[in-house]
Amino acid sequence: MEAFNIAIRGIFIDNMVFAYFLGMCSFLAVSKKVKTAVGLGAAVIFVLTITVPLNWLIQEYVLKEGAMVWMGDDFASVDLTFLQFIIFIAVIAAMVQLVEMIIEKVSPALYGSLGIFLPLIAVNCAILGSSLFMVQRDYSIVEATAFGFGSGTGFFLAIIALAAIREKLKYSDVPNGLKGLGITMIITGLMGLAFKSFIGISF
Amino acid sequence: MKFLQNFFDKIEPNFEKGAKWEKFHTLYEGHRTILFTPDRVTTRNGTQVKDAVDLKRLMFTVVIAMIPCLLFGIWNVGHQHFLAVGETATLFEKLGVGALRVVPMLVVSYAVGLGTEFIFCVIRQKPVEEGFLVTGMLIPLVLPPTIPLWQIAMATVFAVVIAKEAFGGTGMNILNVALTARAFLYFAYPLQISGDKVWTYLGDKTSVDAFSGATILSDGAESTLDASVNVTERIAPQFWDYFMGIMPGSIGETSVLMCLIGAAILIFTGVGSWKIILSVFLGAMGMGLLFNVVGGNPFLEMPAHYHLVIGGLAFGAVFMATDPVSAAQTERGKWIYGFLIGALTVLIRVVNPAYPEGIMLAILFMNVFAPLIDFYIVEGNKKRRLKRATV
Repeated sequence: MEAFNIAIRGIFIDNMVFAYFLGMCSFLAVSKKVKTAVGLGAAVIFVLTITVPLNWLIQEYVLKEGAMVWMGDDFASVDLTFLQFIIFIAVIAAMVQLVEMIIEKVSPALYGSLGIFLPLIAVNCAILGSSLFMVQRDYSIVEATAFGFGSGTGFFLAIIALAAIREKLKYSDVPNGLKGLGITMIITGLMGLAFKSFIGISF
Repeated sequence: MKFLQNFFDKIEPNFEKGAKWEKFHTLYEGHRTILFTPDRVTTRNGTQVKDAVDLKRLMFTVVIAMIPCLLFGIWNVGHQHFLAVGETATLFEKLGVGALRVVPMLVVSYAVGLGTEFIFCVIRQKPVEEGFLVTGMLIPLVLPPTIPLWQIAMATVFAVVIAKEAFGGTGMNILNVALTARAFLYFAYPLQISGDKVWTYLGDKTSVDAFSGATILSDGAESTLDASVNVTERIAPQFWDYFMGIMPGSIGETSVLMCLIGAAILIFTGVGSWKIILSVFLGAMGMGLLFNVVGGNPFLEMPAHYHLVIGGLAFGAVFMATDPVSAAQTERGKWIYGFLIGALTVLIRVVNPAYPEGIMLAILFMNVFAPLIDFYIVEGNKKRRLKRATV
């Protein structure tokens, strides 16, 4: 139940995009068309659901102070927390590479449509952010998986909604100075306003 | 009518190209077309316009549909005022107190909104299309009667500039403009638009001791925390009062009956979509029934149809969700859009203690997702037709 709660919170309440403004670069850059946005969103869900629990294992058994006690009592005082950033990023990049290779092998069609966006995910701050939040909030492994899935789905929802709005926006008459990113920023703000409806919900 | 025509004909040369007020031609055109059909209704290429009903006349229909709500709202502000201060008053006294409060709000909303809109029209040299007719009326109707006038002005400017003109004006906005104004106030000045004290206009008088000012929705929110508060028992004896709208609340939203009259006008003239209105109610009803099954606290167990008469659900369903610009455009999309608004409203009301009322945020949220719904409906249609064509 707690895991379910965390997943729902990740999707609506602590939405990566609208509550923390993470992952903005790909959110703004890859939201011109719904189809590509769906591809990127799906890839983000996939990578987040895998990397967050993976990083949890690394954090729990390698990085945390005293985490390596399983290797012998000598290691009880080792604290590798300072390596957190670099290791998390390395894990994410490696995972993205792996995912890329697997998709290429298994489904060339999906690879074709995702191709360009998969490497982009490695530098998406929503992904690293989720891993860091997971550490900060002391989740268990089940909760971490649920959180990874939830924040991925939140990002997915946000980016496809924005992409649909931007496709509709082609018929609008935006003032010259605001065309492109300017109006997208305004839309993002207004969407954030709408997403505030869920703040405070708990099951 | 002839003298008006003459008046416009007389001043027209001043606004033509090269004349001294050339810049304000769009403004002139805007005012003239309120009263008369434009001379050139057919654009040079594209659609042939044969009907005199343009966007302005369409929007006037909505304004007319809102008048019952407005009049009832004025009476109700006065009625609640005299109830709270513990005096008896005649119908005219109630209307007087209400009008003294509501009319300035209307004036401020229209003056500020139209002013902003006209500035944009003159600078961008675009015709005034819908102007601000519906939004200007909606903004005061969704606000509590005690709201300071300067806040109305500020919210109106924010909504018109950010939510409408930044997108290119009428017909191009993503979110409902009036709701953006309300959401702006809700998050910027929560003290003046939430709580128990703002829904009844007291003026400079003090209230009687027994007066609480709480709306039934805040009772409901309270009952989720404190099981001894029984919402159902509180609503049951007064169900028809609530249906009529005799309760504290935002000015225009309290009366379900008046909203239904408005809905009848909108549906009869074909301006509002009956699908959206019906599906909002269905969605709220469905979610209410689902919560009845789940149970757990008095608000969850409250009979589902009570949700339809309390708060602003009816007003939102009839006048806000049907906004043709920000709603879903496809026919099947409208069902989904409306149903989700209703369901989300009840969900926010019941499970989210931070917000007693959910209709505003539910509509805004679905405004954001309406283009997506449309996109997938259209994609689905394309696929179906492709299949039919190849078989």
